[in-house]
Amino acid sequence: MKRDKVIGAILLVVALSAISGLALITVFIFREGVPIILRVGAKQFFLSTDWEPSLGHFGILSMMVGSLFVTVGAAVIGVVFSLGLAIVLTQFSPPWLSATLKPVIELLAGIPSVVYGFVGVVTLVPLIRHSLGGPGLSVLAASIVLGVMVLPTITSIAIDALQAVPKSYLEGSMALGATRWQTVTMVLLRAARSGLVAAVILGMGRAIGETMAVIMVAGNALDVPHGLLDPVRTLTSNIALEMGYASGDHRQALFATGVTLFVIITLLNTAALAVSRQRAGRRRAQ
Amino acid sequence: MDRRAPSATGRDGEPVSVAGGDALPIMVNAKSIFQSWVVILGLVLICDGCGRTSGRSVSLLGSTSIQPFAEMLAERYGKDHPGEFVEVQGGGSTAGLQAAEKGLATIGMCSRSLTAKESLLFTPILIARDGLAIVVNPKNPVASISIEQLRALFAGRVTNWNEVGGKDGPVRPITREEGSGTRESFVRLIMSGERISGRALTQESNGAVKELVKGDPAAIGYMSLGLVGKELKAVPVDGIEPTVKNVQAGRYNLVRPLLFVTKGSVNPAAQKFIDFVLSPEGQRLLATEGLVRIR
Repeated sequence: MKRDKVIGAILLVVALSAISGLALITVFIFREGVPIILRVGAKQFFLSTDWEPSLGHFGILSMMVGSLFVTVGAAVIGVVFSLGLAIVLTQFSPPWLSATLKPVIELLAGIPSVVYGFVGVVTLVPLIRHSLGGPGLSVLAASIVLGVMVLPTITSIAIDALQAVPKSYLEGSMALGATRWQTVTMVLLRAARSGLVAAVILGMGRAIGETMAVIMVAGNALDVPHGLLDPVRTLTSNIALEMGYASGDHRQALFATGVTLFVIITLLNTAALAVSRQRAGRRRAQ
Repeated sequence: MDRRAPSATGRDGEPVSVAGGDALPIMVNAKSIFQSWVVILGLVLICDGCGRTSGRSVSLLGSTSIQPFAEMLAERYGKDHPGEFVEVQGGGSTAGLQAAEKGLATIGMCSRSLTAKESLLFTPILIARDGLAIVVNPKNPVASISIEQLRALFAGRVTNWNEVGGKDGPVRPITREEGSGTRESFVRLIMSGERISGRALTQESNGAVKELVKGDPAAIGYMSLGLVGKELKAVPVDGIEPTVKNVQAGRYNLVRPLLFVTKGSVNPAAQKFIDFVLSPEGQRLLATEGLVRIR
């Protein structure tokens, strides 16, 4: 139909303009950030923990380590709860319960991150300070807050992955005399493995990019953390903390921090895509 | 194909990949892109409009230490002079200088001395002086602290409160982010070339420092004297109480200038506001808020 074609063309233009916006942002970040990496030297920039732009020290290793710690911590917490939730909601709960709980979990994704950060500062940080010691603002606090924040992402993708496992697999397992739990661990989780991996990777991508909540609960100290109770500064919080004030080389170095983050997140998302493609490919081959 | 909403499992339980790959999800995506595009367009138009209306008013941008005082002055000024509007934004001292240079704000606010290079570019107007208070939790028994002790605490050389007259326990210094006027004043007044420890917690505003010190008996931070309030303990430095009186008399040494910064001459509306701030009435208002008047 003619109208369909017109609408299709309009949507194409809109989609292309959105993509070109993305491309322009990418070009801009790299143009601003790459020169300083070359000037300082990639080795110095990525492998030094000395960051004090006013003295000309640009080393982001401690921030990279910080982002890694916090993201892995969030993934561990997120995976335990999300996988559990997804298994319960798809296998063990009555339909009405999953029908109520799933939207509630998805609602969690709509809460602004500053609210998570605030709740973290007011409740979690004092709790950690009093019961475990240290400043409270810590890798642990950031991991827990981020773990809750990635819960909806991981849970909903994991639920989709579990539901995609053909019923015949489960019925076959039950028919062989396996219990419900054996079926879940030996058949369901294995069959859905690649989908679950993709869910976790996407959740990690969300965690590593989160900023506001992390600034509020992580303490932002510059040293490499030595334990879960030490404060930590991530790549994102480094940019957000200092961007308002930065100029010249300092500003460029923050863009270079952004370039680093951009590359890491792109790698994570590519990995997630590759894993889920692999799954789709294998299914087709069967 | 049927026109059901896209679900994770397609027909016959055939799994659909997470990344999509079906025609329907792509259409859905394009629709949401279109919606966000409309929203962005709307925002751009709105911002365009507000840019035009604020062209004639006076705008201030810069130091978060001056911001609350400037807001208070702007509010009073607006009440006394109906029709005139003064807009105040934070962002930090350095951002304030940049905004004044590029004309994004009529007046930049800066809570530190200008560097030699900056003084060539800008006209600084001293509006008040501010003591830099060293703050600890009210539960902390430390009665007085010396500049040398402060330097050792923030450089990370002294890590236990009992070395500086407190109870046995770790010290948690809290600093401000690089580029903050408060931080630069602190470094200039206290650190004398030494660097602040990488273990120091970094917070992005006076308010965040305050919250942290309020809740942590091991913490020590620094902030604008006018913003300390009643919930924190401002520690005497070298035995001198940090009070407005002592700052005015020149006894308390941790003092920094609060500046309005302009590039060349300003428009009459902005000059009128500056005159108000420097008038006895404006100075009285600043003094009641805990700053030190300059005339």
